[in-house]
Amino acid sequence: MKVLVSVKRVVDYNVRIQIKPDGSGVVTDGVKHSMNPFDEIAMEEAVRLKEKGKVTEIIAVTLGGAKGEETLRTALAFGADRAIHVKEEGEIQPLTAARALAAIFKKEGAQILFTGKQAIDDDANQTAQMTAALLDLPQATFASKVELDGTKAQVTREIDAGLETLEVDLPAVISADLRLNEPRYLKLPDIMKAKKKTIEAVSFADLGVEAAASLKTIKTTPPPTRSKGVMVKTVDELVSALKAKGLV
Amino acid sequence: MSKILIIAEHADGKLNAGLSKVLAAAQKIGGEIDVAVLATDGASVAAEAATLAGVTRVLQIDNANNAHPIAVVLAPQIVELAGRGYSHILFPGTTTGKDVAPRVAAKLGVPQVSDVMAVHSATSFDRPIYAGNAILTVEAPAGVVVATVRLASFTAVAAGNSAAVEKVSVSAAAPAGTRFVSIQAAKADRPDLQSAARVVSGGRALGSSENFSIIYKLADKIGAGVGASRAAVDSGYVPNDMQVGQTGKIIAPELYFAIGISGAIQHLAGIKDARTIVAINKDPEAPIFEVADIGLVGDLFTVVPELEGKL
Ligand SMILES: Cc1cc2nc3c(=O)[nH]c(=O)nc-3n(C[C@H](O)[C@H](O)[C@H](O)COP(=O)(O)OP(=O)(O)OC[C@H]3O[C@@H](n4cnc5c(N)ncnc54)[C@H](O)[C@@H]3O)c2cc1C
Ligand SMILES: Nc1ncnc2c1ncn2[C@@H]1O[C@H](COP(=O)(O)O)[C@@H](O)[C@H]1O
Repeated sequence: MKVLVSVKRVVDYNVRIQIKPDGSGVVTDGVKHSMNPFDEIAMEEAVRLKEKGKVTEIIAVTLGGAKGEETLRTALAFGADRAIHVKEEGEIQPLTAARALAAIFKKEGAQILFTGKQAIDDDANQTAQMTAALLDLPQATFASKVELDGTKAQVTREIDAGLETLEVDLPAVISADLRLNEPRYLKLPDIMKAKKKTIEAVSFADLGVEAAASLKTIKTTPPPTRSKGVMVKTVDELVSALKAKGLV
Repeated sequence: MSKILIIAEHADGKLNAGLSKVLAAAQKIGGEIDVAVLATDGASVAAEAATLAGVTRVLQIDNANNAHPIAVVLAPQIVELAGRGYSHILFPGTTTGKDVAPRVAAKLGVPQVSDVMAVHSATSFDRPIYAGNAILTVEAPAGVVVATVRLASFTAVAAGNSAAVEKVSVSAAAPAGTRFVSIQAAKADRPDLQSAARVVSGGRALGSSENFSIIYKLADKIGAGVGASRAAVDSGYVPNDMQVGQTGKIIAPELYFAIGISGAIQHLAGIKDARTIVAINKDPEAPIFEVADIGLVGDLFTVVPELEGKL
């Protein structure tokens, strides 16, 4: 069984982001980037399924500029067998990403697309669902447990009410939530081996994909800041402060 | 003029309170506002929705396939409803809304606006990116606007309306290949996290699920909902539906207690709209104190029981 894993290069989750003074966007030049944390989890899940003998080939896919290659090398070090780089400069919004992922999914005859539940830069939480829609496939989003059984998958999903389990026929799209697994720590030999694996570069044109109509950004602004409040020294002071504000 | 369709969420025959906040966002857009209730028998939910301010009419879509809110089942029905000339289709920013809305948008061939936090016009909205550390103002292209609404950003509309309820049937067949197996839902013996006026959250510092009783006791004393940091959920002290933050629940209570929580940006993303934040942490340098309105440095295991006793 072939599976596809989408991996996005994003500003590292530890970076305190800065907004450009002219409001034209977020500063990304010279800032540490890494693989979207949810995609590391998606990648790890695919590798574990391969280690269990349920998956035969893992193909990692990224969409974006030249530096996306670093993210693909990380995916290859995790254990992807090969990688596809949809090389396009500029912003790629979820519907366009979904079109490209759907095209690759079909071309490869994959059985599962694993994605992260959301990219921590745009926080859109759309690409998995859109890809599933374009392919008319079942979707199991926000997965915290995946069990493969031949031509089906049982997926436990983290939802507002608790945990929901769905059974989906394959092929299907699955998006990973944080508690699906804990990604492994990459070892040097794996990172070295990854350098020898192949990355195929393709364009939207190669895939027969056109960019979808997109949201236009008017401006980027900082959120309203909360000012630092008061420090109290004792529980009695805390109780009085709460009473003074009419909160208790 | 805009013609807005809002997809109502419900469970066990009860309307999800999020609808009244989506309605507030819809009123800012202006125009006619229809609410769709997709259920097996949506009569009680539809009747409840019809009482909310701003609703023009409620569409009750009864369909045996709608026993559980499954995206692949709901999306084709909503796409069919979209054909009635709607300019906007709005969903609450719940896990169900986030699951279904992109599927509808992709079928309609339009981008989706996630987590609308302010409405500037019928096509221009603010939405958070980078865990709420930046706000984008976006303009939607021509075509239907599909969006999820960030519930913490809007104030619920009042009740007192009596909109018409219209039964609508759809022909969309349920796609095969997706089956509901089970749900493990938390028991609802405390105020719902997303609508509670007060919330008490505990973090990794609690150390065990037994110790979390300290948090529950304080919460029960003041009638609060209970939340947690990701670390507390990952460590198995509490179930996943209690996680507050970028990837958990985004909440806006009047009063929020962060107890033994360091204040990582991903956690803060979920509480930025709280009216008053109280932090209790033994580390005076903890980042949570940067955003807390009232901070107390101390050991939660002595401070919290004392506080509970004095409230
Ligand atoms: C992609 C991504 C998404 C994430 N999403 C979320 C999210 O939605 N929500 C979320 O919460 N986190 C999220 N996180 C995790 C986040 O980065 C932090 O790791 C997490 O919030 C830390 O939880 P904590 O504050 O309980 O634990 P810690 O950071 O370990 O803090 C524990 C705190 O307790 C204090 N303490 C210890 N003992 C005591 C005591 N006896 N009395 C008083 N204080 C004490 C310590 O001083 C410390 O400040 C996410 C991370 C990533 C990468
Ligand atoms: N440019 C991209 N390259 C690779 N994967 C992507 C890209 N954009 C989105 N994805 C995938 O879709 C998931 C959800 O992204 P989003 O819908 O943007 O929140 C991510 O976790 C990735 O797995």
